[in-house]
Amino acid sequence: MNSIVSRAKELLENKSVQVIVGFEAGPTGKARPAFVTYPSKTDILIFDERCVQNLAVYLTKKEVKQFGKIGIVATLPIMRSIMMLISEQQVFAENIEILGVSTEGKYLDIADIQVMQGYIEKCDLSNPSNDQETLAMLNKMSMQEKFDYWQNELSTCIKCYACRQACPMCYCTRCAVECNQPQWIPVQANTHGNMEWHILRAMHLAGRCISCGECGRACPVNIPCHLLTMQLADQAHKYFNVYAGTSEKMSSVLSTYEPNDKESFIL
Amino acid sequence: METTHKIIRKHSLEKLYVTLLENRKIYAPVKQADNLIGYQYNPAFSEVTFDHLQSTLSVKNVVFPKVENLFYYTNNKTDSTVKGIDLEKFPEVVLWGAHPCDTAAYDVLRSIFCWDIKDEFFAARLEKLVVIGLACHKSDALCFCTSVGLSPDSSKGSDILLVPLNNGDYKAEIITEKGSRIVAESPEIFENYGDETVNVTVVEQKFDHKQLTSKLSNAFEHPFWLANSLRCIGCGACAYVCPTCACFDIQDETRGKNGKRYRSWDSCGFGLFTLHTSGHNPREVQSQRWRQRILHKFSYMPERNESLGCVGCGRCSRACPVDMNIAEQLQALQSI
Repeated sequence: MNSIVSRAKELLENKSVQVIVGFEAGPTGKARPAFVTYPSKTDILIFDERCVQNLAVYLTKKEVKQFGKIGIVATLPIMRSIMMLISEQQVFAENIEILGVSTEGKYLDIADIQVMQGYIEKCDLSNPSNDQETLAMLNKMSMQEKFDYWQNELSTCIKCYACRQACPMCYCTRCAVECNQPQWIPVQANTHGNMEWHILRAMHLAGRCISCGECGRACPVNIPCHLLTMQLADQAHKYFNVYAGTSEKMSSVLSTYEPNDKESFIL
Repeated sequence: METTHKIIRKHSLEKLYVTLLENRKIYAPVKQADNLIGYQYNPAFSEVTFDHLQSTLSVKNVVFPKVENLFYYTNNKTDSTVKGIDLEKFPEVVLWGAHPCDTAAYDVLRSIFCWDIKDEFFAARLEKLVVIGLACHKSDALCFCTSVGLSPDSSKGSDILLVPLNNGDYKAEIITEKGSRIVAESPEIFENYGDETVNVTVVEQKFDHKQLTSKLSNAFEHPFWLANSLRCIGCGACAYVCPTCACFDIQDETRGKNGKRYRSWDSCGFGLFTLHTSGHNPREVQSQRWRQRILHKFSYMPERNESLGCVGCGRCSRACPVDMNIAEQLQALQSI
């Protein structure tokens, strides 16, 4: 997209940013993340329907942060991730520039975080429609059927943690599965250990998942693990009336107590 | 032994399969419900695929399972009792239809697991394994077996190699004693080979691995690693789908008095892999871990184990969520 290239070039030329995180086309035709540091190299940047990865994952990566200020090509899920990262104080608004892309694939001029917030608020923030359909199908199942479905899906997990690594919200430098005193989650990739891992990850993302689906896309063995976090995104909306990544001052639904919180589940 | 060449007619394959199933387990590739190709134990012959490019996971798990129990223990008040694993009980397995990159990987794994001290679990499983390889009639842009000294019809690691023929039948190359014993069980299936033409794919050579290895011995500090691993997200997908990655983690899992020690796959792509108890991590960032992955396979292993740590299957590139295309990187490294 020409406007992304010219904006990226401008930002690098006037030294507003030191690196642009965007997409390029790899030799086999897949779109992949690109890190451009010279104005003359911005021509490699592309944006088309192949560009679906959630690039916000790189905002907390040490080697990328070392460049300095980052310009990032941001679709709606990426914008929402950035908002979450700001609200959780992992990223600071003054350290990033947004090269926005609308849900129709058009360039968006996003001057600052308030403009981005305005855009996010105008968008449909529910889960992608194909995932909504699968979730509706799963929600019709009995408890036992659901359990069997997930046991079957998760039995093939090899614990490569691509789901975690691809997720911008899984930014912990030491994940709970890496603690062994106590060992919260069995290390072995058997059905039991796999289920504990995926349930733990889903719970840690409850109300924080912005429904990008990156965890499911990253999975080398096609486990639809994004449905777990998306289901909780639905629940967070249903019970707390919030969508993650809509404000830079958002508090997490599961780690904040409000005196008027519903407590019906206790009684 | 000297390799002998026979023919198996397409319609005889099922007979061979069923005969083998009578007293062994067969591990064969099938198209799964999720459309991925995966290996399963004892699938019906009609389920077995002969047409696949490649399975998502390699077949290293037959000799190096993702979880291998090493022993069980009971902790009593004053002492502990340990119960070992009976290696004799490992089943005899026929690996059916694995492509040459996968079968060649067993030699690479042997060079690691039996380098100085013989790993008894690995060795016992390998001993019980009979490999019926299947030469490739298909390849894609991510295949690069010919760059690492192999080929789509390499018989390395196979006891019998089936090579597709243009007429739909298969040439059977009988390579080892294990292979001959299978032929002896059903001699009528193996007919005499004439000069039928084989249907084998062509894989373009992308780099010269010897030249690459010599280049890498001085590349440790090169800026290449950082520039080309910025997009790496640090998951273990590449290592876990890899037929030659052999790193493992050892854990104890105890419930009450009883527990077990097991090993499970690990990956040098994880930050935890080299984290010291002190908190210091000698491979602090992903670029150092990516460098380790490449150097281990293409520099350290040729130097120390006299084997290359890669068979050119391209699985890591197919599984990578961020298109870390290994052949592309190796090609570029050759000319740094």
